[in-house]
Amino acid sequence: MDLILTPNITDPDGFYARLIAAHDGLSDEESAALNARLILVLANQIGNAAVLEQALALAQVGK
Amino acid sequence: MLNDRYSLAFKLYPYERSSDQDAAQPVRHPVVIVGGGPIGIATALDLGQQGIPVLVLDDHEGIGMGSRAICFAKRTLEIADRYGCGRPMVEKGVVWNLGKVFHEDRQIYDFNLLPEAGHKYPAFINLQQPYFERFMVERVRELQATGTPIEIRGKNRLDAIEVRDDHVVLDIMTPEGPYRIEADWLIGCDGASSPLRGMMGLDFEGRVFQDSFLIADIRMHNDDFPTERWFWFEPTHGAGASTLLHKQPDDVWRVDFQIGWNVDRKEEMKEENIRRRLDAFLGEGLGYDIVWSSIYTFQCRRMKQFRHGRVLFAGDSAHQVAPFGARGANSGMQDVDNLGWKLGLVLKGQAPESLMDSYDTERCFAADENILNSSRSTDFITPKSKISHTFRNAVLQLAEKHAFARPLVNSGRLSLPCVYDNGPLNGEDALPEAPARTRPGAPCPDAPLADGFVLDRLGGDFVLLTIDADAPEQLDVGGIALRRVKLSVNDDATGALAERYLGGATSAVLLIRPDQHVAARWAAFDESAVRRAVGHACGKE
Repeated sequence: MDLILTPNITDPDGFYARLIAAHDGLSDEESAALNARLILVLANQIGNAAVLEQALALAQVGK
Repeated sequence: MLNDRYSLAFKLYPYERSSDQDAAQPVRHPVVIVGGGPIGIATALDLGQQGIPVLVLDDHEGIGMGSRAICFAKRTLEIADRYGCGRPMVEKGVVWNLGKVFHEDRQIYDFNLLPEAGHKYPAFINLQQPYFERFMVERVRELQATGTPIEIRGKNRLDAIEVRDDHVVLDIMTPEGPYRIEADWLIGCDGASSPLRGMMGLDFEGRVFQDSFLIADIRMHNDDFPTERWFWFEPTHGAGASTLLHKQPDDVWRVDFQIGWNVDRKEEMKEENIRRRLDAFLGEGLGYDIVWSSIYTFQCRRMKQFRHGRVLFAGDSAHQVAPFGARGANSGMQDVDNLGWKLGLVLKGQAPESLMDSYDTERCFAADENILNSSRSTDFITPKSKISHTFRNAVLQLAEKHAFARPLVNSGRLSLPCVYDNGPLNGEDALPEAPARTRPGAPCPDAPLADGFVLDRLGGDFVLLTIDADAPEQLDVGGIALRRVKLSVNDDATGALAERYLGGATSAVLLIRPDQHVAARWAAFDESAVRRAVGHACGKE
C-alpha cells in the first residue's frame, strides 16, 4: 500500500473550512495541541506503518 | 439638488421630462425598478419581453466609470442570451483557460480549466462592467423601437417611499423638481448601499473583512502577456500580500493588490504610489497607462428577506459577497432570472401573489451558498489567524509537488448557478436513473444539437422537454401554455444530451421553468402528474 498523492478529499473546501474553524479562538499552544491530537487520530485511521512512514517523510521534506 | 456621485463611462439615458411630472394625480405603474445598473436593466429586459410595462429610475444619466465586475459566468451569458444580448458580450469579452498559481516568487503549478464541451457559451468571460451594461441598454433600445414597454428615466432619484398593502407611493426628484408616482410592485436594484433599503429601515447584516484591495486597470504598451490568470500568494516584491493579474478586452489588464486594513486611502490612490506597486510587481521599464484604479473593502452579508410585501430586492441591494469567485453580478443576474417569470405570472393573474415568496426562499438559499463560497476563498487568500496562515502556506508548499493538495488551494471558485434543492416549487423526481445535475431545482445544462443548442430551444416560458418520449405539443394548464420541446438522443451525435439528461434512463420528460431550472422529471408523459407539477411550480398549492 502506498501513500495517496492524488486528490482524495470529497469536499476539499468544506473540509478546509471545518479544519480552520476548529482552531477558532484557540491560543497557539491550544492549536498545536489540537493539531497533535488530530494527527494521532488520523494516524490511527491509516494504521499501516509503511504508509505512515511515507507520510512523515513527505511532510519532513516540507515541499 | 441632484449631484452626480460618480462620473460616467457612457451617457445613455439623459434626463427627459415625463408626462407623469405634469399629471394631476400620481400615475400608477405595474412595475418600477429603482437603479439602472446591470441588475435593474436585466429585470427590465425580462419583464418588458413578457409584455409587462416597466419603468426604470436612475439618479444618473448613464453607466458609471470603472471596470468593476469583470468576470461574467456562463449562466449569466445564457440569461443575457435569452434577453437577446449574450452574443455581443462574448464577442467583446476575453476567454481564458490557463491559470497559474505562484507562492512567494515561484510558480507552484498551473491548471487548465478544460471547460466541458457542447455549450453555446464559455465557462465565463472577462469583460469590463460598463460594456456588459451597455450591451443590455442597447438591447433595451432595440426592443423599445419595436414597441416593448420599457422606459428608463435618467436623473430621477427616489427620495421617499410609502409602502401600502397593494402598492407603493414614490417621491422622485428630478432636475426640474419633484413628482410622485405609484407602483404595484417596486424592485430595488440600487446596489450595495441601497438607499431604498435605508428608507425602509431594513437590516443588512453580515461579516466585514478587515482587509482592502487596490485595483489598477492598466493598458500595456506592449501586449506581451499571455491571456492567463495569475495569482500570487505572498510575492516577495512586497507590493501586496497577494496579487491577481488577469486580462480584459482593449489590452487592459486588471491587477489586484491586497494592501491590508490600515491604509491611507488617499496616499495609496496617488498615481506615483500605484506605479510603485505596479513596477515592483511587473518589473521596471515596462510601459503602461493606468486606465482606472480604486480601493475596495468588502463584506459578506444579506438582507434577512428579499421580499417585503410589494417591494422586492435583487442583486447587491439584497446581498453582498467578497469578490473572489465572481459571485456579485453573476448572482444578481440569477436573482433576475428567478424573479422575472414569477412576477410576470402574478401580474398576468396566472399565479397567486404568494409565488413571490418562493423568490425570497430560493434566492436567500442561493445568497447563503454564494456567501459561503466567497467567504471560504477570502479566508484562504487572507488568513485571519496565525494557525490559518500556517495551514494555508502548508497547502501551497505541498501543492507545488503534490496534486492531492491542489484542490485545497482556493483563490476563488468558478461561480456556478445555484441548484434549488428542496426548493418550494420543486416537483417529483421520478427518474432515478437520470443524472443528479438535472434533478429538480437544477439549472438546465446546455447541450449541442444538430442545429443549435438545447437552451436555445427552451427559451423563457414553461416547457415540457421530452427526450425519446411522447407528449402533446401543447397543453394549457390554468392559462399557462405549456410548450413541448421534442428531442431525441439522436439529435446530439456527441452524446452530451444523453449524458446530461438521461444517464441510465432511456427516455425522459422534464418540466422546465421559464428560468430554465428543472421543476420535475419523469420517464414518460402523465398528464395529471404534469398538471400537478405546473401548478406546484406556480405556487398554486
